[in-house]
Amino acid sequence: MMAADFRKLRTRRRLLQAGAALTIVPWRMAHSAANELPNIPALSAWLAGRAPRMERVHLVLPQLADNGLVVPMQVRVDGPFVPGPHVTAIHLFSEANPVPEMAVFEFPVPVERVEVESRVRLAATQRVVALAMMSDGALYAAAAEVIVTLAGCLDGT
Amino acid sequence: MPDARITVPAAVPRGNPFEVRILIRHPMETGYRMDEGGKAIARNVVRSFACRYNGDTVFSARLSSGIAANPYLRFFVTARESGQLTIEWLDDGGVRGSESVAVSVA
Repeated sequence: MMAADFRKLRTRRRLLQAGAALTIVPWRMAHSAANELPNIPALSAWLAGRAPRMERVHLVLPQLADNGLVVPMQVRVDGPFVPGPHVTAIHLFSEANPVPEMAVFEFPVPVERVEVESRVRLAATQRVVALAMMSDGALYAAAAEVIVTLAGCLDGT
Repeated sequence: MPDARITVPAAVPRGNPFEVRILIRHPMETGYRMDEGGKAIARNVVRSFACRYNGDTVFSARLSSGIAANPYLRFFVTARESGQLTIEWLDDGGVRGSESVAVSVA
C-alpha cells in the first residue's frame, strides 16, 4: 500500500468518528432533558421563580406516540406521606399544545397512594412536565419527552 | 347507556387506598375543529370534575382540551366506611353530569 492510501484511510476514519460524535450529541441533549424543565412560559409564570426539585415524581408517557389524540399518561409521587407533608395537587404542563396547562389534579384529603392515570392529547413532539405541590409548599417535578407522529390537534376527519 | 362509568373494587379493606376508575362519555371538543360548512366548532370540554366519598370531596380535577375525548381517570381514595362514591362534572356548555356507585368497606 502507498503512503497516500494510508493518509486517505486516516482521514476517512476521522470523518467516521466525527459523524459518530454528531449522532451522539442530540441523543445526549434529549437524555439530559429529563432532568431539566423545558421552557414553557405558562410554567415559568406559575412557578414565579420557585425551583421544583426533580425527584419523587414519576411521569410515565410512551416514548413514541403514534396517535397524539390519545396518549396514555400516568403520574405518581413517591411516598411516604405520613408523617410529613402530603400532595395537594399535581399540575400537568405541555411544551407544544395550544393550551399549555393540560390538567390539574387535586387531593383535598391526604391519600397514601398518589397515582393518577389519564389519556392526553399532544399536538406535536414535545416534553410534558408533571409538578407536584406539597402541603408545606414544596414542589417536585418530572419531565418526559414524547415523539408524536400524528398530531393530536388536527381535525380527526 | 349512562354518560359515565365508575369502577371500584367489590370490597375494600378499611384504611387502605382503593383504585377508582372513571370513564365519562364526552367529545372534549378542542375548539380548533371545523364542521362540514367550514365553521369552527365551539370548544366544549369537561372543565371540572369532582369525586365525593360520603359527601366529602376526595379528588378533583380541572381539565382542558389537552385531555383526550371520553376522559378516563384513575386515582386512589382511602377507604373509611361503606357508602357512596359520587362523581360530578361540568362542561363548557354548562351541562352537568353525575354518577354514583356503592363502596363496601370490609
